[in-house]
Amino acid sequence: MMSKSDGDICFGNPTELHGTKAQIPNVATEKNTFTRLDDEDKQEAQSPTMSPLASPPSSPPHYQRVPLIHGYSKLRSSTEQMHPAPYEARQPLVQSEGPSSGGPGAKAPRHQASLIRSFSVEREAQDSNSNYPDEPWRITEEQREYYVNQFRSLQPDPSSFISGSVAKNFFTKSKLSIPELSYIWELSDADCDGALTLPEFCAAFHLIVARKNGYPLPESLPPTLQPDYLQAAFPKPKWECALFDSYSESMPASQQARDSNRMEKATIKDAAADFPAPTQATTGDDSQALKSTADEALPKDMSKDPAIPKDSSSLKARPRSRSYSSTSIEEAMKRGEDPPTPPPRPQKTHSRASSLDLNKVFQPSVPATKSGLLPPPPALPPRPCASQSEQALDAESHPQLSRAPSQAAESSPTKKDTHAQPPLKPIRRKFRTENQATENQEPSATVGGPSSAATAKAHPTVQKQSSKQKKAIQTAIRKNKEANAVLARLNSELQQQLKEVHQERIALENQLEQLRPVTVL
Amino acid sequence: MAVCVAVIAKENYPLYIRSVPTESELKFHYMVHTSLDVVDEKISAMGKALVDQRELYLGLLYPTEDYKVYGYVTNSKVKFVMVVDSSNTALRDNEIRSMFRKLHNSYTDVMCNPFYNPGDRIQSRAFDSMVTTMMIQVC
Repeated sequence: MMSKSDGDICFGNPTELHGTKAQIPNVATEKNTFTRLDDEDKQEAQSPTMSPLASPPSSPPHYQRVPLIHGYSKLRSSTEQMHPAPYEARQPLVQSEGPSSGGPGAKAPRHQASLIRSFSVEREAQDSNSNYPDEPWRITEEQREYYVNQFRSLQPDPSSFISGSVAKNFFTKSKLSIPELSYIWELSDADCDGALTLPEFCAAFHLIVARKNGYPLPESLPPTLQPDYLQAAFPKPKWECALFDSYSESMPASQQARDSNRMEKATIKDAAADFPAPTQATTGDDSQALKSTADEALPKDMSKDPAIPKDSSSLKARPRSRSYSSTSIEEAMKRGEDPPTPPPRPQKTHSRASSLDLNKVFQPSVPATKSGLLPPPPALPPRPCASQSEQALDAESHPQLSRAPSQAAESSPTKKDTHAQPPLKPIRRKFRTENQATENQEPSATVGGPSSAATAKAHPTVQKQSSKQKKAIQTAIRKNKEANAVLARLNSELQQQLKEVHQERIALENQLEQLRPVTVL
Repeated sequence: MAVCVAVIAKENYPLYIRSVPTESELKFHYMVHTSLDVVDEKISAMGKALVDQRELYLGLLYPTEDYKVYGYVTNSKVKFVMVVDSSNTALRDNEIRSMFRKLHNSYTDVMCNPFYNPGDRIQSRAFDSMVTTMMIQVC
């Protein structure tokens, strides 16, 4: 990947990136440092994931070359002047800039091959960069969107935290070494609370992506990754998208992505000032809005966007571990959207009974309105059931009253009877809520099979819905029977568990008695 | 101020030990090791009933001719030991306490990092830099 991009870079012309990076002071000194760095680069090329501890602060520039040099080695001889120049140029710049050392110059946005082109460009394009010199640490719009999606996949509420363990599992997937991840966490968790807010998460993700692409980790958090900056810079992705559009029109191809991103950011800052809406709370909405506007914005954007992610994926996926191919935005988006929300599960289910496919138990309850009422908890059989059923009956009875008041009256006592024999089982609450909802929707449906059948038959004359009711009742009956079977099985399992637990308790009590005389207080 | 700073785990093995580069750094390691006995003594002397009331700062553990050793223990039995140059007479107790407090805060920050497993050696750069400031201060 690198070689390809390098080839492009070498020969492609830097017209594209104007404002990208650092200025390029001395080409001469660059060459010297470049040759010096060759050896290191080769060594480092072997182990791109360097331990942050191993990188002495004095040599960040060397590190910068690691990832990019990778593919550059071939081109070095031929394009020595072009490539090293930008790097070297950056190095003095880096050193002068101090804190944002990490690799401002050499670090192009991961996404774009244009980055690499920018290196050759930088020489010529005296920087017209915006406020912050550390471009590589800037989060582009697509990156931001991707990070927000990933955040939401871990934590639905954008204004809340991701806990440490969740984040740890997630970031461990990136296959970086633990000390590096530990260091990245240290950098990004500004308040050291063991949890990541959205800007902190974006910063951490950005650092990981950077590290995966070979950029050495900075000594301290770059200003563009500070939570304050991130919150301010990305209040409303909508606006950024709009800016994106306007920019795409003026420029061709993916190379402009970089420029447009930069311009966007400059304009975003203005937009941020104009739109003091809360950042985190709206990022979720904004990203969605962004997507919608992006869709509207369409072809130009899309032409750019696919180009960028493709480049990024080609760039990143190849040299780095594929398992973390999430660096590609498209894949990332998909991943963010992929995990379907699991069907709701009752919290009260016994652990061992989890093998039971409760979906089957639940599903019948949904269409068959009253079936949910059937399995009330054995401990409180009649009462909640009765109240539930009463409510259900009330809900039902109201609409039914309009039709057949007498029949409703009949059905209610019968229903109560059926409820008095509850089949057992947990998670009734869910059933209840579903029942109530469904009951309200289908007041005509009845609870117990027989009672429902009876009531169904009792309503033959109930308007046109009688046939529908019959069908509904029959399906309800069927599902209730299934639910009954399931619940009966569950009951037997639970009984067994109860026995086992009893036995354990007895054993523990025995142990306690044995230990008692021994302990002398 | 500190010539040597060490963080000892509950099981009495070092999580972090760093000293001013001198000829005989090993001597500091020995001192820290021997100070652990004193720390344990102080902890047990407090009594089981006083666990809650026990102060974290243990004070001067033992003086030698060249150095003084101070101790601090957390509620999770993690010990911080600091060796200070005796010639530094301007060092007051409050300053030592504040240094230990800073150490404790940095240590909790390290613990907050989910990638840090309790019992591992401390490799946090922030912690390192904090200790460096403490050690440079004196000089």
